[in-house]
Amino acid sequence: MKIKVKAKEKDGIVKVKMLVKHPMETGRRKDAQGVLIKVNHLTEVKVEHQGNVLFHGEFGMAVSKNPFMAFAYKGAKGDKLSISSVDNLGLTGQADVTVK
Amino acid sequence: MKNTRREFLKKLSYLAILAAIPRAAWASWNHKAFAADELQTAIKEKFGDLPVVDSDAVTLKAPNIAENGKVVPISVKSSLENVSSITVFVAKNPYPLATSIKLGKGTIADISVRIRMAQTSTVVALVEAEGKLYRTSQQVKVTIGGCGG
Repeated sequence: MKIKVKAKEKDGIVKVKMLVKHPMETGRRKDAQGVLIKVNHLTEVKVEHQGNVLFHGEFGMAVSKNPFMAFAYKGAKGDKLSISSVDNLGLTGQADVTVK
Repeated sequence: MKNTRREFLKKLSYLAILAAIPRAAWASWNHKAFAADELQTAIKEKFGDLPVVDSDAVTLKAPNIAENGKVVPISVKSSLENVSSITVFVAKNPYPLATSIKLGKGTIADISVRIRMAQTSTVVALVEAEGKLYRTSQQVKVTIGGCGG
């Protein structure tokens, strides 16, 4: 699972934008053979800064393919954020970013 | 790519292996709330009996008309203090609960996500602050639904 992150500080507020590469299958779509594709969606995404959980999202299948999410917090340039994600099959993703 | 019976069976066995992997330990995913197929049940499973009030302090930004239900950009803002979570429901989706986001210390109540919508429906945003739920909703018209194939 690839996670793209951009974090930028302006006037003491850090905006964090994340894009997780994930198919987000709803379990309602059929493949070329007409067989239902198994449900496979992101369940959780967590963003931490020095042990403080800033963002903890739970997601259902009503979230778009390659989910995009954004949030903001009061922070500074150079803050190190660590992002982790998990889907309903237990596959995980991890990314680190330094606030610019 | 060749699509022989052998190939197909191979793929099936991969799926079986994937399904056997246990869910990651830190998963605190609220299965019951996400599996609820009605808006009221989903809210109840998620928040129990917390009081809900309609509020102007919550701003929901969503398109009036979404051409493609597969990608509907939603953002929720709030001027309330100490917001602990923001949750988005789509009333007429097969499973109304789309996403629920807990916000930690120092965050600002301002989030964006992209969601799927099966058909024209109201989008409901619930903001939790100091043990109360603040609600705002908006009708979004969908021309092409985004849940099936």
